[in-house]
Amino acid sequence: MIQAAVVFAYLAIALYIGIFAFRSSRGRADAEDYFLAGRSLGPAVFLLSLFGANMTAFSILGASGHAFANGIITFGLMASSSALVIPLSLLVIGTRLWALGRRHGFITPVQMFRDRWECGHIGTVIFAVQAVLLVPYIIIAVMGGGTTLAAVSGGAIPFWLGGAIVSLVVMGYVFFGGMRGTAWVNTLQTVLFLLFGTIAVVVIGAGMGGFSAAMESLASSAATAPLLTRERFAPLYFFSYTFIPLSSIAFPHIGIFCLTAQRLGHFRKTVIIYPIAMLAIWLPSVFLGLAANAAHDVPAIESKLEARAELASGGAALAPVERDRLRVQAGGDDVILRLVDGYAPVWLAAILGACVMAAVMASDSQILALSTMFTEDVFAFYGGKARFGQAVQVTTGRVFVVLITIVAYAIAMRMPQSIFDIATQYAFAGYSALSPLLVAAIFWKGSTKWGALASTVWTAAAVAAVAVIQQSIPSPPPGSAVTVWSAFGADIITRAPQGALVLGFLPVVPMTILSALLMWVVSLMTARARPNAATMARYF
Amino acid sequence: MNLVAAVVVAVFYLLHQDVWFWREARPLVFGFLPIALFYHAAYTAGCALLLWLMVRIAWPGHLDPSGHE
Repeated sequence: MIQAAVVFAYLAIALYIGIFAFRSSRGRADAEDYFLAGRSLGPAVFLLSLFGANMTAFSILGASGHAFANGIITFGLMASSSALVIPLSLLVIGTRLWALGRRHGFITPVQMFRDRWECGHIGTVIFAVQAVLLVPYIIIAVMGGGTTLAAVSGGAIPFWLGGAIVSLVVMGYVFFGGMRGTAWVNTLQTVLFLLFGTIAVVVIGAGMGGFSAAMESLASSAATAPLLTRERFAPLYFFSYTFIPLSSIAFPHIGIFCLTAQRLGHFRKTVIIYPIAMLAIWLPSVFLGLAANAAHDVPAIESKLEARAELASGGAALAPVERDRLRVQAGGDDVILRLVDGYAPVWLAAILGACVMAAVMASDSQILALSTMFTEDVFAFYGGKARFGQAVQVTTGRVFVVLITIVAYAIAMRMPQSIFDIATQYAFAGYSALSPLLVAAIFWKGSTKWGALASTVWTAAAVAAVAVIQQSIPSPPPGSAVTVWSAFGADIITRAPQGALVLGFLPVVPMTILSALLMWVVSLMTARARPNAATMARYF
Repeated sequence: MNLVAAVVVAVFYLLHQDVWFWREARPLVFGFLPIALFYHAAYTAGCALLLWLMVRIAWPGHLDPSGHE
C-alpha cells in the first residue's frame, strides 16, 4: 500500500501543478495563452515537455511488454528508428511550423492547411480524421493508468477504477492549466521517467543477482534464445517500422508543441538531445522486459511464462476462448511493474511506481490538442469565437477536455489488445499516412487542397479497413497467419498474430506510400486549384 | 551542403537495417547485452552526433524573424 500512497501523492502533485498554472495565468484568459502558453516556453521546458509529449505508456509499459514477448527487436523497431526520424523531422518540419505559426498566428496544423490551400470544409475533414486517429493514443494512457494502479496496489484498485482515477487527474490539470499546466507537468514527468531507467536497471539487476546469469540462461534455452536475436521476424517487418516515427511530427499535439517555443533556437538542444533521451528511456525498458523472461522467482511473471508456454504447445488445438484467456494471462504490459515489485525494496518500488505513472499520464498533451483543435478548427472557424468571444471559446475547450476523456475511458474499458498493438496499428500508422500533408503544405508549391483531401480520405479508409480485418478475423496462433486476400498466387493481405500485413509489410508502409502518391497525382490533376500568388508568397 | 546532409542521413537510415546481426545473440557485450541490442543502442547514440552535425550545417536560421539566429 506504500506504493499506492506514493503514486497517489504524485497524482496530487500533478493536479496541483495544473491548478497553480491556472492561478498564474489569471488575467490572460485568451485562447493563445490557454492553448499555447502564450508561445513563451523556455528551452528546458520546451525540450522536456516536447519529449514527454512523445513518451507515453507506450514507452515504458508498452516497450517492456513487447520486449518480454518478442525480445530485443523492440528497441530496433521503435527506439533507434525514432531517434533518427523524430529529431530530423523536428529540425526540418518543426522549425518551419514554428516560423509559420509565429508569422501568421496559427494555433493548429489545420489552420495552416486551410490558409495554405485556401480551403474551408476540407480542413474540417482533416480535423475529423485527425481527431478520430488521436483517440487511440489517449486510450492507451487510460489503459496504462489502470494497469499501473492495479499493479502497485496489489490488485486492491481494479483496472477500471485505476483508469478512471488517472483519467480524472489528467483531465483536471489539463482543464485548469491548459498548455502551461500540461507543459509543466510534462517536464516533471520527463525528469521522473528519465531517472526511472537507471534506478530500475541497478535495483532489478542487483535483485536478480546480475544480468549476466539471466542472459546466459535465456541464451541456453531453445524456447528463449530467439528473444536475444530477431530470427523470428522478417526483415520486411523490421523495415516497416521505420515508417512509424513519421507519425510524430504529424501528430497535432507535437505540431502544436512546436508552436509553443519562445525562440527558434530552442529547437537546437531538443533536436540533439532527443536521441540520448530515447536511449535513456527505451534501453532500460526493453532490456528489463527481456530480462523478465528469466525472472522465474517472481510468481506473477512465472504465471505469464506458463501461460505463454501453454499457448505455444497448444497452438491451433486450443479453443479461441481459451487462447484469448491465455493471451491475457501472458500479456506483458505490467511486467516491468512486476519486476520492480519482485526485486526492489518497498520504498523504492513506490518511487519507481510513481515514475511509471508519470510516463503513463503523458496523454495530457493529446487531450489538450484535441480540445485546441475543436475550439480553433470547428468552434472558431464556424463563427463561435466571433459570436461569443474568447472567454467562451476557452470554456468550450475545457468542456471538450471532459468529453474526450469520458469517451476515451469508455473505449479503453472494452479494449482487449495490448498497449503496443493499439498504438502502432491505429494511431501511429494513421498519422504516418497523414505526414505527406505536412510535407506537401510546407515544401511543395504544386500541392492542392484536392490532393490533401485524397490523401486524408485514403488514410481514413485504410485505417478503417485494418480495424475491420483485425476485429473480424481472430488473431491466429503464434507462428501462423490467415490469408485475407490473395491474387496471382501471392498472399496480398494476411492476418498475423501481431496484426494485419500487406505483402509482409505492416499496413503503415502501403498507407504512407499511397497517401504520398495520391497527394502528388491528385494535386497535378487539379493544378488549377492552386492558391493565388498572394497566398503562395506567404509560404515560399 | 544540403546534398551532403541528405547523403549522410540516407547512410544512417541504411545502417539501421542491420541484417548482419539478425541471428546473432553473441557476443554479449559487457557480459549481458546481446550484440544486436548493443548495436542499436550505439546507433541511437550515434544519431545524437549526426543531429549535432545537422544542426551545424543545415540550421534554418533564416526562419527566425527576431534575428536571434
